Amino acid sequence: MKKLTKSDFFWTFVRSNFAQGSWNMERMQALGFCFGVIPIIKRLYSGDERKQALKRHLEFYNTQPFVTAPIIGVVSAMEEQKANGKDIPDGVINGLKVGMMGPLAGVGDPIFWGTVRPITASLGASFALGGSLFGPILFFVLFNLIRLLVRWYGIKYGYEKGTDVIADVAGNTLQKITEGASILGLFVMGALVNKWTSVHVPIVISTIQKQDGTTAVTTVQTIFDQLMPGLIPLLLTFMCIKLMKNKVNPIWIIFGLFAVGILGYWSGILGM
Amino acid sequence: MELNGAQLIAIFIVSAIAGMGSVLDEFQTHRPLIACTLIGFILGDMTTGIIIGGTLEMIALGWMNIGAAMAPDAALASVISTILVIAGHQSIGAGIAIAMPLAAAGQVLTILCRTLTVFFQHKADSFAREGSLRGIDICHLGALGIQALRVAIPSILVAMYIGTGAVQSMLDAIPPVITGGLQVAGGFIVVVGYAMVINMMQAGYLMPFFFLGFVIAAFTQFNLVAFGVIGLVLAIVYIQLNPKYNKTVAAAAPSGSGNNDLDDDLDD
Repeated sequence: MKKLTKSDFFWTFVRSNFAQGSWNMERMQALGFCFGVIPIIKRLYSGDERKQALKRHLEFYNTQPFVTAPIIGVVSAMEEQKANGKDIPDGVINGLKVGMMGPLAGVGDPIFWGTVRPITASLGASFALGGSLFGPILFFVLFNLIRLLVRWYGIKYGYEKGTDVIADVAGNTLQKITEGASILGLFVMGALVNKWTSVHVPIVISTIQKQDGTTAVTTVQTIFDQLMPGLIPLLLTFMCIKLMKNKVNPIWIIFGLFAVGILGYWSGILGM
Repeated sequence: MELNGAQLIAIFIVSAIAGMGSVLDEFQTHRPLIACTLIGFILGDMTTGIIIGGTLEMIALGWMNIGAAMAPDAALASVISTILVIAGHQSIGAGIAIAMPLAAAGQVLTILCRTLTVFFQHKADSFAREGSLRGIDICHLGALGIQALRVAIPSILVAMYIGTGAVQSMLDAIPPVITGGLQVAGGFIVVVGYAMVINMMQAGYLMPFFFLGFVIAAFTQFNLVAFGVIGLVLAIVYIQLNPKYNKTVAAAAPSGSGNNDLDDDLDD
């Protein structure tokens, strides 16, 4: 009876932190996944069976890197059964990986890249802009803590539940988490668009000499601010969304906005 | 500012770690907040490094690798722009401006490297046929090494020539209307990152929450922690009240027996 040990899982956990190291245009994270499960393969197989197992895990694979954890767990459980004589064809294990990677990436991308990282990073940046070392440290610790917990418990959970995980992936829980994360992410994005941008249009519309000797200067910006502070960044954001939906590379949009900045500054329409 | 040997070695190591972070996307060592801070520390002006990091981080907020789409490269942009600002005596605004073409160049470089590493993938196939675990480890880590050099080599070149004055005079030749304009643009360039995040969510029906965040920010002085808490509360309440998630409970209640699991499965 072959049994995976605690240390096998520990080393798989450690290695899975390097899952994307050999990301390539042909099979993406294939080699990375194989690299991650090597402690498992080493424990369970030798000789020709080992060669077969390595080949099996060098097939095309790609998902959001943190949600690979439960897939590694399920695969470990199946490999353990297979090594103990249960008849599981190669295609079933691969089918499971390919079947889970899509839905899990659909959950992992909005949660981690859309919510967790933007929020922890902007929180860190808010301190960093004042020159405080606390900002980078906060971001690094917070993000990695969340990430490592997901990795560690993901592998554990996948291994313990085995193929039952597939029912969970299709179920409500993940959808709830994704939707909740999206709400949080969008809410904070709304706040950032308003607070963490600055557009200033200093064109003077009227200068009124008041009775008490002071002058009241009305600029275009004053009017915008009375209407709704942050209106121009909001409109710019929607313009960017529209352009990206039309497949314009974001880096070109950035260059475009730089050009707008230079022209605006040069002509005096935009100020610091 | 001429850099000494120890500083050059340290820059090489940190930029290699940033380069690895960029492909791994795990420890976030490629993010401006981390990379700029470390480079600033090496160059003896950590505070400036942290500020550049914070500024660039906001611009790079939406730069993410989704599926097979590569993000602009934060690693190369962070490392080199920090060197130019601190050792090349440039303004932070100019540093940010230079960071953008660097991010684009880094993006091209990483696509090139990720094409090169197809070779390692095939080499791993032949090691698999021999049953060599060590061979597979070497292939994987070798590919990672290429990604490290991708950032480390350009960075060390910039660091070596920064003291020669050639780079300095090139940077000083930029007219003030450009640097001023770039600084103005820096105020709103961040919206590109926000737009990337919003686009990635693909949840148009949740946009009311975006507008709510916008309006609350416009008329209050709340900080980000407050927004985080309010957003979390909104998310929890929304999930709790959403009829979509309450259907199964309502349907299963009349039967009153232990068939809930089965009902769940059927409804899913």
